[in-house]
Amino acid sequence: MTEKIALTLTINGHAHAIAVEARRTLADAIREDCGQTGTHIGCEHGICGACTVIVNGEPVRSCLMFAVQAEGKKIRTVEGLADGDTLHAMQQAFMDHHGLQCGFCTPGFLMLAVGVLEREPDISDGDLLDVLSSNLCRCTGYQNIIKAVRAAAAEMRKRCV
Amino acid sequence: MKPAPFVRHVPRTLQQALAMLSQLAGQDGRILAGGQSLVPIMAFRLAKPAHLIDINEVEGLDRLDSDGKALTIGARVRHAAFHGPVVDNPLAALLTYVARHIAHYPIRMRGTFCGSLAHADPASEWCLTTATLGATMIARSTRGTREIAAKDFFDGIMSTALAEDELLAEVRLPLLAADAKFGFNEFSRRAGDFAMASSLVAYRVVDSKIAEARVGVGGAEPSPRRIAEAEAALNGQPPGDAAFRAAALAASDAVDPLEDHQTNAEYRRDLVRVVVRRALEHSLQ
Ligand SMILES: Cc1cc2nc3c(=O)[nH]c(=O)nc-3n(C[C@H](O)[C@H](O)[C@H](O)COP(=O)(O)OP(=O)(O)OC[C@H]3O[C@@H](n4cnc5c(N)ncnc54)[C@H](O)[C@@H]3O)c2cc1C
Ligand code: FES
Ligand code: FES
Repeated sequence: MTEKIALTLTINGHAHAIAVEARRTLADAIREDCGQTGTHIGCEHGICGACTVIVNGEPVRSCLMFAVQAEGKKIRTVEGLADGDTLHAMQQAFMDHHGLQCGFCTPGFLMLAVGVLEREPDISDGDLLDVLSSNLCRCTGYQNIIKAVRAAAAEMRKRCV
Repeated sequence: MKPAPFVRHVPRTLQQALAMLSQLAGQDGRILAGGQSLVPIMAFRLAKPAHLIDINEVEGLDRLDSDGKALTIGARVRHAAFHGPVVDNPLAALLTYVARHIAHYPIRMRGTFCGSLAHADPASEWCLTTATLGATMIARSTRGTREIAAKDFFDGIMSTALAEDELLAEVRLPLLAADAKFGFNEFSRRAGDFAMASSLVAYRVVDSKIAEARVGVGGAEPSPRRIAEAEAALNGQPPGDAAFRAAALAASDAVDPLEDHQTNAEYRRDLVRVVVRRALEHSLQ
């Protein structure tokens, strides 16, 4: 029953050949088996959003998916956001607007916001606020996260045109 | 907080899925759809299924189309499919409005419409929607196909009429009249939480009077249902404050509210009055 299954996870374009039990969550596989510890784990039951990653273009809770379900899919984590030394517009905006303090929730917020804005670049301010209610932050009081994401949204829209 | 071991099965066709379910249901086998309810429950070890039949690769179950009478929603259709209009009918705007109240964006990317119905949380928005609009559930097993009316489907808290070897393959939601009005409201303490009470209403206005009223209440009783007393208070009345208040009061009188560690029956009854009135007011916006 605890038999391990060999599979390949593609994270930020790199193939990771691993062997995990079917019950291994994607979050645990990303961290423990692939060594990509940028993705954080808070609650392990879908409440906090710290584990948010982008799978085939969709922002999802990686603690609510099994690793075996992600085989053959394109997984993106916080490690893949920056382009060399140049931060992603969302990361830069979080720095500029003090969108983080301890930083525990930050990878999840970054992947949530980037994932949603790539799908819906013209999302309204109201809907964006609703999206940001998906994840928990115990430090910032959210206001600076909202400011950062709105600023990055404007920046990402500019780069699209 | 780690799920117990299980064996994963990955059917590619409906026939394979039904055969696996028939074989494994008796050995503690279950369907894995979006996993947005099942995986948390497994993480808490409240469920330790020995086998999971993962239907995410089954072809054909992503059906989402209309034959002009009803919208058919297959077992792989995610909540997020309703973020935009899915059919040229007022039902589309209703589904979009309701969908955004379900959990959070990333959860809506994976959770399925049919999974919500099979899970049957009393506060589920889709359970309320199907109960209010009179959907038909299509249950399939190796024994055959059954059509189950929404009013016979929900059977108390997290319990349905599905047999353990039955897959909820699709749901048919009747389209609304072209001139139908709808309204929805729910109350929860935090965005994305399960509602403590919710209401969905739909009706037509014929000769300036309400006709064919449907008033559904969710989250307040073990299963969502239509409230005939509230519908009677609306039919034949002009839409407006007097009829809406009368219907809200009738609904709150009619329910037998759940109690939990946060709320007593009196409080929930009052919430029902408020959400029904707000849903009716929303129908005029
Ligand atoms: C933080 C959080 C907040 C949430 N808030 C809400 C909310 O406000 N409102 C709401 O409605 N839901 C909410 N949910 C639950 C979410 O909507 C789930 O997606 C839904 O309840 C179950 O659908 P699923 O596809 O994820 O099913 P799964 O989790 O895969 O399965 C749930 C159950 O249904 C069975 N099942 C699934 N599909 C079928 C089928 N086709 N035939 C037979 N059995 C089947 C499974 O065996 C399992 O027992 C929330 C979840 C989380 C994690
Ligand atoms: S760790 Fe996944 S949502 Fe909290
Ligand atoms: S910055 Fe500390 S939890 Fe968000």
